[in-house]
This record gives sequence, structure tokens and C-alpha cells, in this order.
Amino acid sequence: MIENIMTKNWGYQISQTRKINLDEVDLTIAQKILDMEPTFRLCISCGGCTATCTAGSFTDFNIRRVNLMIRRGQLDGLYEQLNHCMLCGKCHLVCPHGVNTRKVILLMKQLLSEYESHRQINKEEKNV
Amino acid sequence: MNQIEGKQKIWAEYQKEIGDDNFFFVRSCIRQSFFPGSEQTFLKIMREYLGKRVIEDYRHTTCTGIGYHSDIVKLPTIETVVARHFSLMAENGCENYVPSCVTSFGIYSEILDTWEHFPDEKERIAQFLKEATGRTLATPKNLAHTSDIIYKFRNEIAAKAKFKLVNKKTGQPLKVVEHIGCHYSKMFAKRSQGGQEFPHVLVGMIEAWGGEVIDYPERRHCCGFGFRQYLVMANRGYSVANSYKKFESMEPYHPDFIVANCPGCAMFMDKWQYTIGSMEGRTFDQEGKGIPVLTYEEMAGLVLGIDPWELGMQMHQIPVETLLDKMGVDYDPDKKFLGFNDEQLPKPPEIVFQRD
Repeated sequence: MIENIMTKNWGYQISQTRKINLDEVDLTIAQKILDMEPTFRLCISCGGCTATCTAGSFTDFNIRRVNLMIRRGQLDGLYEQLNHCMLCGKCHLVCPHGVNTRKVILLMKQLLSEYESHRQINKEEKNV
Repeated sequence: MNQIEGKQKIWAEYQKEIGDDNFFFVRSCIRQSFFPGSEQTFLKIMREYLGKRVIEDYRHTTCTGIGYHSDIVKLPTIETVVARHFSLMAENGCENYVPSCVTSFGIYSEILDTWEHFPDEKERIAQFLKEATGRTLATPKNLAHTSDIIYKFRNEIAAKAKFKLVNKKTGQPLKVVEHIGCHYSKMFAKRSQGGQEFPHVLVGMIEAWGGEVIDYPERRHCCGFGFRQYLVMANRGYSVANSYKKFESMEPYHPDFIVANCPGCAMFMDKWQYTIGSMEGRTFDQEGKGIPVLTYEEMAGLVLGIDPWELGMQMHQIPVETLLDKMGVDYDPDKKFLGFNDEQLPKPPEIVFQRD
């Protein structure tokens, strides 16, 4: 007797991996920010910026997380998050390593805006 | 001191002391269910092939490790259960304690370490043991896992070998994936052979018996058992994902078989292949039948020429015939599912890992 076991229902599924292959993701934005604002390199991800952020208290904006996601090349949804920033600059004042976070955010907005525009154009071209 | 002597001195720090004879053997809950032939083979090798004295006591119980790791058995409870086991060992006149299970080995290591660092706790448990059973607490002179024992006598086994871990047709060494249980060397490294960095217990056996060890990227990754990941059905997807990661990582090296020294690892790496096959219709070997997963006693038994069905290899989810053919082991396919007195046991259906 031959049993085809493809029909079994196990009650759970194989969890998908969350690994990030840094050779495959897009790190150009992170590299451009590092080139244009070298203090970005000094960030130790302590989260002082996020702790003091007024916008972060009322929205899901989290500058530490945005930093991390940009460095990992995971860019989806980041531009919308950055729109919550009021550019008040408190994060810059508390940063223990003197990272010019306000400028980093401005650069992120500019570069992600270009990225989103390109993505939108590519999507429309594909649809046509 | 020259360079070689220096290296030998450093390597000596990674060695553990293993008893030579007069062992008190305790069984594993998982292995008695899934690999019952393996423990029997261990006893056969020790007593018949190596002439060692191995004592068992029917009063030995579970160590309660599975309950402990899933938060339903408290620490003082498991300590008292373990204290009773050690007391049984002393009653049988043994000092070398040999658990068959890696989870139990981790439990015994953890409790001995606790007692070493907290003598008050040891006294408290001795009191509990006295009140509960009337027994007196004793501790083993030497604690070694059964794989440590087989490792120690690997050269003696090699001298009696009838088969080598070599492909009979090509003459090439079989490619073997070795998997060490996390609770063997990752928790109390000093109690393992080779420590956390260079666990040598299975490598030593494979190399002594003619095989070639595969060094693949996820070699030291957990199999995914982890108790909490597995015991709740909703979490099993995480458990199987760990094994999946290992299988994907070893696949390009075309392993002939996997050998594990932990009951849970051997069980999951065997059975998850079936699960993955049923979920995704894929296997990780070239023949499309899955990679056979062996215990180290089964590997030793095959090398010594013991009949594979006597070793209990018909209990495997992934059929082992591909490996037996490569090694040139004689076996009778018709006897695969014969029980005691040649009684025919039910035959499981042949499995097809194919989508309709």
C-alpha cells in the first residue's frame, strides 16, 4: 500500500525564517546617509532619541527602529513613519554620541521619498 | 614545550574523565518509546562485546526533566527525584552514573553543579529524601552520558568491526552529519567531550569507524525540540523551522546519514523530515526518500555487524535501507516487521513525498 502524505493536516505550519541576507537587501540608502552625515556612524542604538521623542509618545514613530531598519535594508513603510516626525530636534540634544539625528531624519525622508517615487513608477510601468 | 605539546595541553582541558567499568545505567523516557533497540544495543555492546559490568535497577523512574523544562515540576521536586536515583546507584554499589538521555544528563549536571555551589541546598534535598523515602543522599564519582562511554571505547569497537562507515561500491567514506544535543555540551561544557566549541563525542566515533564528518554552516544549530517549542501544538511550526534550517544547510553536502546523541534530536530530525515532506513535498537527499537518522548505538551496532532489525531500525520514520545498501550490510527485507517469535507486525504504508 502506498500512502501519499501530502493530504495530512498537521494543525500548524512551518514558521517562516526572519533571517536577513545582507548581500541581497538594498543598503544604498544607508550608505548614502553614512556618506552625507558621517555622525550616523556613531549611533550605538541606545534608544535615547526614541525615549525623548514627543512624536513617538503619540504615534508609532520610533527613530531607533527606523535607524535599524534602514541599516538592514528593510525599507517598506518607513517613509510613512518618518512623516510623524516634527523635526523638533530633541533627539539631537540627548544623543550621547552627538549624532545629528535631525539631519539624518531629513536625509532619510529625502532618500526614501525618491525610493518610493521610483518604486511607484516601476509599479505603474509594470501595470501598463 | 613545542607547538604540538602546547596544543595537546590545551586539548586536555577539553577532555572529561569517563569511568572504566561498573556503570549504573539509567534509561530515557523518549528512547524507550522511539528507539527501544538503542538502549538494548548499548547494554549488549557493553556486556557482550566489551565485557563491562553494567547495572540497571527497575526502581529507577523518569528524571521528570520534561516536566521541569515545561514548568510543571519544581526544582526541589526534581532535585529530590534525582537524589533518589543517586541513592539507588549507591545501593547497587556503583559510582559511575550513566544516563541514556541527554535531557537527563543536563538535569544531573545542573543539579550536581547546584549542590556544589550551594551546599545548603544539598542538605535541604538530603532532608527531603530522608523524609520522603528514608534513603541517604549519595553523589556519583563520575557522571558520563552513554555516548561518552561509546566514545571512550570507540577504538575497541573499531577493532571488532565487521563493517566500516564506507560506501562499499565506491570505497569512499560515508558522509555523516553529526548532531550534538544542546543539553549535552552547551549548558555544562566541562562535563562534555570537547566542550561547547569542539564537541568531539560523535566525531571521534565516526572517524574511528571510517566515516567522514560534514562541517556545514548550521552544524551547531538546535534541532528545535526545546520542550516549550514543541509541547504546545501552536508552537510546533517554530520547532520544525529549526530542523528545516539545518536540513537546508546540510543538503548541498549530500550526507549519507545523520547521527545524534540526544533522544529528542534523533526523534525530531527523523520525524520532521516526514512532516516537511508532507507539508511541502520535498526531501533533502538525492533519492527523494529522506536522510536516515541514527543513534550512536545503532551506528556502533551496524559497524559491529548486528542485524539492523535487531537494532530496532524498523522504528525509523525515514527508511534506512539506502544506508544499509551503501554499507553493504546484509538484511532480510521480509524480516523487517517481524516481532518476537517471528510474529508478523503491521506494516506501515510506503510513503510518497509527492504533490498530486
